[in-house]
Amino acid sequence: MGKRRGFLLAATALAALVQTAQAADKLTIGFMTTLSGPGAVIGVELRDGMLIAMDHLNKKVGGLPTSVIVEDDQQKPDVARQLVNKFQKSDRIDVAAGFSFSNLMLAVYGPLTQAGTVTISSNPGPSQIAGKECSPYFFSTSWQGDSWAEAMGAYLQKKGVQNIYLIAPNYAAGKDVLTGFKRFYKGSVAGEVYTPLSQLDFSAELAQIRATNPSAVFAFFPGGLGIQFVKQYSQAGLKDKFTLYTSYTIDNTTLPAIGEDAVGLINTTFWNAGADNPVTKKFVADFQAKFGRPPAEYAAQAYDTIMLLDSAVKAVNGKIEDKPAFLAAIRKADFKSVRGAFRFNSNGFPIQDYFQGRVVKGEDGKPTIRIEDIALKDHGDAYASECGLK
Amino acid sequence: MSAGTVLLVEQSLNGLQFGIMLFLMAAGLTLVFGVMNVVNLAHGSLYMVGAYLCASVFAASGSFLLGVSTGIAGATLVGILFEVTVFRRIYDGDHLDHVLATFGLTLICNEVVRMIWGPTALFAAVPQGLAGQVQLMPGLSYPAYRLAIIVVGLMVAGLLYVLVNRTRLGMVIRASASNRTMAAALGVNDVVLYTIVFGLGAALAGLSGLMAAPVFAVTPGMGDNVLILSFVVVVIGGIGSVRGAFLAALLIGFVDTFGRAFLRPLLASLFAGNVADNAAPAMASLLIYALMAVVLFFRPQGLFPPRTR
Repeated sequence: MGKRRGFLLAATALAALVQTAQAADKLTIGFMTTLSGPGAVIGVELRDGMLIAMDHLNKKVGGLPTSVIVEDDQQKPDVARQLVNKFQKSDRIDVAAGFSFSNLMLAVYGPLTQAGTVTISSNPGPSQIAGKECSPYFFSTSWQGDSWAEAMGAYLQKKGVQNIYLIAPNYAAGKDVLTGFKRFYKGSVAGEVYTPLSQLDFSAELAQIRATNPSAVFAFFPGGLGIQFVKQYSQAGLKDKFTLYTSYTIDNTTLPAIGEDAVGLINTTFWNAGADNPVTKKFVADFQAKFGRPPAEYAAQAYDTIMLLDSAVKAVNGKIEDKPAFLAAIRKADFKSVRGAFRFNSNGFPIQDYFQGRVVKGEDGKPTIRIEDIALKDHGDAYASECGLK
Repeated sequence: MSAGTVLLVEQSLNGLQFGIMLFLMAAGLTLVFGVMNVVNLAHGSLYMVGAYLCASVFAASGSFLLGVSTGIAGATLVGILFEVTVFRRIYDGDHLDHVLATFGLTLICNEVVRMIWGPTALFAAVPQGLAGQVQLMPGLSYPAYRLAIIVVGLMVAGLLYVLVNRTRLGMVIRASASNRTMAAALGVNDVVLYTIVFGLGAALAGLSGLMAAPVFAVTPGMGDNVLILSFVVVVIGGIGSVRGAFLAALLIGFVDTFGRAFLRPLLASLFAGNVADNAAPAMASLLIYALMAVVLFFRPQGLFPPRTR
């Protein structure tokens, strides 16, 4: 037994040596995302944003020939675990990136960071990872999950809105988002309602809102739920009576399905797609040209993931096997983000601006989000203080 | 008119409208279940097909009527295709075979729809004449489109009643539902009858999907959520009974709407603190399933089972 273990150790060490010698001539990225099932809307957006970045870099991230292995996690945590195993054991990836949903991120976070795999989340930012369980191997080019709602809370606090009605689905993220909102909003609350996650029809809740007569409504309904809620809100004639403020509810993936009913809504986001910034402009134009639709936030986040890697690989001259140097180079975030200024907090999450936007009719008559104001400037998340990293 | 009365009337309308939406879906399900004894999980896919076809044809042509007819015709055709290719081979199997085969069809349909229309939700507009509100009484205006759903649903219920109880086809359907072998022995061509009934069920699913499209989100898999509620309706109403499905759908519509609307204020008046905030959403979403459990305990055959001998 002892002998065999010794042999295995020697073989592993040898393999590591061989790998080290080869590592610098290519880069392999394992890109996990959701391409089937209801979550595919987000997953496809992430993949397409990544593809634009690879186009812009001529498939050479930081000068190294790069292969991106795209895998579909089917929005299932067990599949995600198996994929990470494949990434590490068979594909021998250098970096794991992508990720669509926070429950999947949490399922693979341990196996990835404990094995020392450099991990960059292009989307989910669960509070656990931002706080106590933070890791030096983990970075996010998106946001911590509470941040958009915190921005909306701050915006409404600044506006001095009182007597607001809160509504969200009855699951973990629904509670987190309203908690994040109330972290910055200190005004009075007219009602706080949680609806079942599978609910399709909101007419009962909408009638209660009308009867409560609040001054405004803040809603969090991601994906298809948001389409249903916003349409029914407008059809019930509430839109003109009580301004609807939302977070994570309308973006370029859901806006076309909501149509005119969304016009007049206020939202918060971290990204100004219309920013007067050459990087943003090029990204938006090339995405529109390649896929025939405007990019949503998810695409921008995945684009930044690749661009961040590009800067770090360049900074270490392709010597990515020198992990401490590579991680330090990532942490510098010395790249041109599509959102303008970008820097990392101690927990690997961005410190960035959050904007307040309004849905308006665009020049082509289709509804579009116009950024009006900065809701939170240089905002880091509330959990970074719980993270032991510096 | 006090604000409380207005709210009560509005919530009753909401309950009625939700119930009718469920009835449209459950009617087809209960027909197929009753006549052929098949658990059809793919019913939700036909609902989705109706919604997608209607929304895209309406958007392309600008004619809602054309969209509606394409939606219903398309769902019917897909339904008949299912019957001829898959169901015909599994009628003799047990319910587990049905569930496996029809669940497989659901997965296939969801992915095919995703391939054709993409994963993002489709825009489904409210037809021009039905946009906006109707003033029903002082202080109460109700979305015109939802009123239209109520009217169409009541019409369909009436037509189905006449069809099942007053026509020759209905008589054959009833005969086949109560005793298949005897009906066949008396000369009912059950192969053709099954295809007709399945097509009818598919048309109802398509209609319910396209009516729901402007209110709900048109996405791949949109039928799956509705399907669960429709099964609850079918089981409470009595499997195979259209009348039962109608009454059970209204019951579910009212119980669900009133639970969501008034449980929280009720709990808040009974208990101190935020008990209501925590308990009400959980209790409201449990309510219809609790109702189902109670009904099944006292009347395992459902509230209004079809007469059989």
